[in-house]
Amino acid sequence: MSDLRKTLGLHVGLLLVLLALNWLLPAYHHGNLARIMVLASYAIGYNVLFGYTGLLSLGHAMFFAAGMYGMGLTVRHLGWSPAPAVLAGVGAGLVLSLVVGFLALRTTGVAFMIVTLMFAQAVFLTVLYFGEYTRGDEGFVIQQVDRILLGIDLTDPNNRYLAALLVFAICLLATFWLVRHRFGKTIIAIRENEDRTRMLGYDVFRHKLGAVVISGSISALAGATYGLLFGYAGATFASVQYSIFPLLWVLLGGAGTILGPFVGTLFMFYLIDLSSEITTAYMLIAGVTLVLLTLFAPQGLMGEVRARLFRWLP
Amino acid sequence: MLELRDIDVGYGQAQVLRQFSLNVEPGEIHCLMGRNGAGKTTTMKAIMGILPLSAGSILVGGVESNAVPAHKIPGLGIGYVPQGRRLFSELTVAQNLDIGLMAKGSNAGRSSKVLKGVLEVFPRLRERMEQRAQTLSGGEQQMLATARALCIEPDYLLLDEPTEGLQPSMIESIKQVAVKMRDRGVGVLLVEQHIKSVLSMADRVTFIENGRSRETVKPDDLRQDGTLLQKYVGL
Repeated sequence: MSDLRKTLGLHVGLLLVLLALNWLLPAYHHGNLARIMVLASYAIGYNVLFGYTGLLSLGHAMFFAAGMYGMGLTVRHLGWSPAPAVLAGVGAGLVLSLVVGFLALRTTGVAFMIVTLMFAQAVFLTVLYFGEYTRGDEGFVIQQVDRILLGIDLTDPNNRYLAALLVFAICLLATFWLVRHRFGKTIIAIRENEDRTRMLGYDVFRHKLGAVVISGSISALAGATYGLLFGYAGATFASVQYSIFPLLWVLLGGAGTILGPFVGTLFMFYLIDLSSEITTAYMLIAGVTLVLLTLFAPQGLMGEVRARLFRWLP
Repeated sequence: MLELRDIDVGYGQAQVLRQFSLNVEPGEIHCLMGRNGAGKTTTMKAIMGILPLSAGSILVGGVESNAVPAHKIPGLGIGYVPQGRRLFSELTVAQNLDIGLMAKGSNAGRSSKVLKGVLEVFPRLRERMEQRAQTLSGGEQQMLATARALCIEPDYLLLDEPTEGLQPSMIESIKQVAVKMRDRGVGVLLVEQHIKSVLSMADRVTFIENGRSRETVKPDDLRQDGTLLQKYVGL
């Protein structure tokens, strides 16, 4: 069987398993998995920039929040229906990532991390400053009546799960397509050796900017979806904590692997969930596990699987 | 013709090349020789636009290349194989070549034809297509770096110390590639310290000293006058 058929089979197979789980999982895990799929979509967006392009951002929460508030504010203040509101959220993320990318990509390495962190803090403070509209720290609820998309009630757990799966599938397959085509191969080459890529005739800046915009837009889609499916938009999602999360998920799952963001998000979510049932010092368990994983699986879970078992994994 | 006209190049305040001139004709191997720090690699980097000129100009087929961004210079027909190879080490041989082929922007049919031609020059790479670049031997890595540069079908090929650290059989293979390219009409600018290679394949040799081009001679002149190598290279 060719590598393409194997990889396509694996990814489509995962989506089919997730679809089947909609009817098999108990309510608690059903709700968790819907949340995990949306957060994994965010991690997929982060992985485009960090895993495939080699750019470490510490400010991705701004894109997630741009999507969430772009959707939430248009619903709350302009009375938009969910579909155009989600598009507004993605549009907000796209424009923000274009502007931030254009400015931040003048820097590299540590400076890039700091600049993205600063931009994210500016977005966070903006959310707090305009509390009259955003309700600041407290955030705001998106009413059930505003969460009906084309006649489908997204507050219904079944619909919510399927909507989360749809967004996750779009992000997963889009990344799968991306890394197999010219643009994706070029950003991987940039990650490997930026100067050499330039010397082969590629416009490195344009490709890196494209990666920031794609990454930011996917993150914004995840943010808009999260707000819509779980009915809430809050400043926490713009905080530095939500910039660190996708980095951890991607590192744990395997940077530069298609399935890594999902595996990392799933692992981390349940690590905290299960350890918090055992002890109040659950963050200690999570921390020690993360240290052990970093020491013994430095390429992340899927990265190790690729290195040791299945070299064909994208 | 690839022509460097009185170029000045430096790193910040430190000037390396001073009114340096050189030309490479299509279908010739032009070797650049000099001591360490004389400015050989700086010359290559200046041609590729990595280092800006503070004076002078570089023309590729009559087009002033120093007026275009660095990433557009390969599109003028220049392939560059830097010192140390600089491969995409985590990627396979096939992926490395693919990046080179995509750079040309050819369609699939054309790319396939170019790849076939490149693999005819480097048949050994055909057996290594799915192997990661970092796992290749030094000689194979040099072959891959050169093959990748050939994927853009250059009119001029810049080779910076291609035989450095290679065993004799590999040196011979790399030499044959340079000769094959010359025979196809490609102009080759070669930075090389391996004097036997230079004498056996170069058409002209330019000596560089303290960033200035001192003399351009033919290999026969070197054979007859041993003092030239002593004077400029210390051999």
